[in-house]
Amino acid sequence: MTVPSELYYTQEHEWVAISGSSASVGITDHAQRALGDVVFVSVPEVGARVTSGEPCGEVESTKSVSDLYSPVDGEVTEVNAEIDEDPGLVNSDPYGSGWLFKVKLDDTDSEVPPGLLSATEYTALTREEE
Amino acid sequence: MTDSAPAAGQPASPAGQPATPAPQPATPRRTPLTAVHEQLGARLTDFAGWLMPLRYGSETTEHNAVRTAAGLFDLSHMGEFSVTGSGAAAALDYSLTGEPSALKPGRARYTMICADDGGVIDDLIVYRLGEAEFLIVANAANTGPVGAALAERAAGVDAAVTDRTDDYALIAVQGPRAAAILGPLASVNLADVKYYASYPAQVAGRGVLLARTGYTGEDGFEIFAAPQDAEFLWAELSKAGAGEGLIPAGLAARDTLRLEAGMPLYGNELGADITPFDAGLGRVVKLDKPGGFVGRDALARRAQEPPTRQLIGLTVQSRRVPRHGYTVLMEGQPAGVVTSGAPSPTLGVPIAMAYVRPDVAAVATGPTRAGTAELAVDVRGNAEPARLVELPFYRRRS
Repeated sequence: MTVPSELYYTQEHEWVAISGSSASVGITDHAQRALGDVVFVSVPEVGARVTSGEPCGEVESTKSVSDLYSPVDGEVTEVNAEIDEDPGLVNSDPYGSGWLFKVKLDDTDSEVPPGLLSATEYTALTREEE
Repeated sequence: MTDSAPAAGQPASPAGQPATPAPQPATPRRTPLTAVHEQLGARLTDFAGWLMPLRYGSETTEHNAVRTAAGLFDLSHMGEFSVTGSGAAAALDYSLTGEPSALKPGRARYTMICADDGGVIDDLIVYRLGEAEFLIVANAANTGPVGAALAERAAGVDAAVTDRTDDYALIAVQGPRAAAILGPLASVNLADVKYYASYPAQVAGRGVLLARTGYTGEDGFEIFAAPQDAEFLWAELSKAGAGEGLIPAGLAARDTLRLEAGMPLYGNELGADITPFDAGLGRVVKLDKPGGFVGRDALARRAQEPPTRQLIGLTVQSRRVPRHGYTVLMEGQPAGVVTSGAPSPTLGVPIAMAYVRPDVAAVATGPTRAGTAELAVDVRGNAEPARLVELPFYRRRS
């Protein structure tokens, strides 16, 4: 199971890639394995505000539906248009072409927004849950 | 993310704090093949107290394999009962809605066992193995109540009811290539094994009961074997099927396959408060059997009355999946409830079965009927347009 070291993570199994004042968000390899085949993703609209720790969408698989939480505070600037056509990208490439949405961060002072887990911390968390 | 939908087979948890601490859940039982599923890297789940494979990889891939080639299933969690004796046939006529006494040895029939009030205790397959020998296969979750009901109903006659669940491993090969895969391993000519027939036979040299039955809507076989032969048979079937596209398939695929085939699932389309007529399965009820049967009077009354609900099929025009318990809307008003729903790999859209009022079923719009009323399903606050379709959603070509 993959946990790329350059990314940050949440307890709700999202990953975040920080690039200056912009963040990309998706769900982790651990999450996509737990869900099974993803059939539909509901992401926030471009321009919508998202709040760290608050649900902002849904990921639906054959057998279940899970809330998607925003890991950061900010404004959604872009959503992955390919997910609608091919939700399976979330399973096959969760950290790459399976990205879900991008956010312009409110907090431009901190290098890393507060409350996120490192790869090491997230790996430990998933081991506990096994 | 949090999982906001209950996993298959799990009851919803009660609201509020319990007065006493909840007992620790019992460890699920292993089937004769659980170790194989673990070696294959299957995602396992507790299903009716058994540790079962939910999926091995992608459940969509497993589903599609059954539709185009073949899937290999471990069904050892199912309950089995033998009913033997000179009074067995009559006892089963009395216990079940169908008429097992009319079966020739070597034939099987889908049937139900009902309570006094006509509510369904379980849906079953009954196999007649001989003049005085029957095998009943029940859902894993209902093995207890079925065994108790059969024993009670057979009391005082020459009919012994024995729980054989632990004596059988059950492996299914389902799909258009099933006969081609199993043929070379079987001691009987599969062309002679008709649909819903069963034969004592050998598979890869091991004695089994071979049945041409299944729960997928495809051709296929269910192999009742000794538990100690299960791993060997699984390996032999896997080898034989490797060149034909056979892959292991788990419970997730099993559920989407039976849903496409319009087959009911106890706990969804069938239950203690549902009669066979509600589910559109009046054909399993033989009201005029001599000697009557448990539930007969209640079912006879229901057969006279106009139905209060009808089981329908729905396709949904969005990607959101209608799920068990979601409300069906007609022109925005509650008109029924979804019993089962899933994305359909074969149809490419979400599908569902639902109970609606008969007047709703009569006027609903669908792809093959004009209709006057639009249906929708309330999917977590979104009214997703839905269309009524005839069941089954999928029928195999041959």
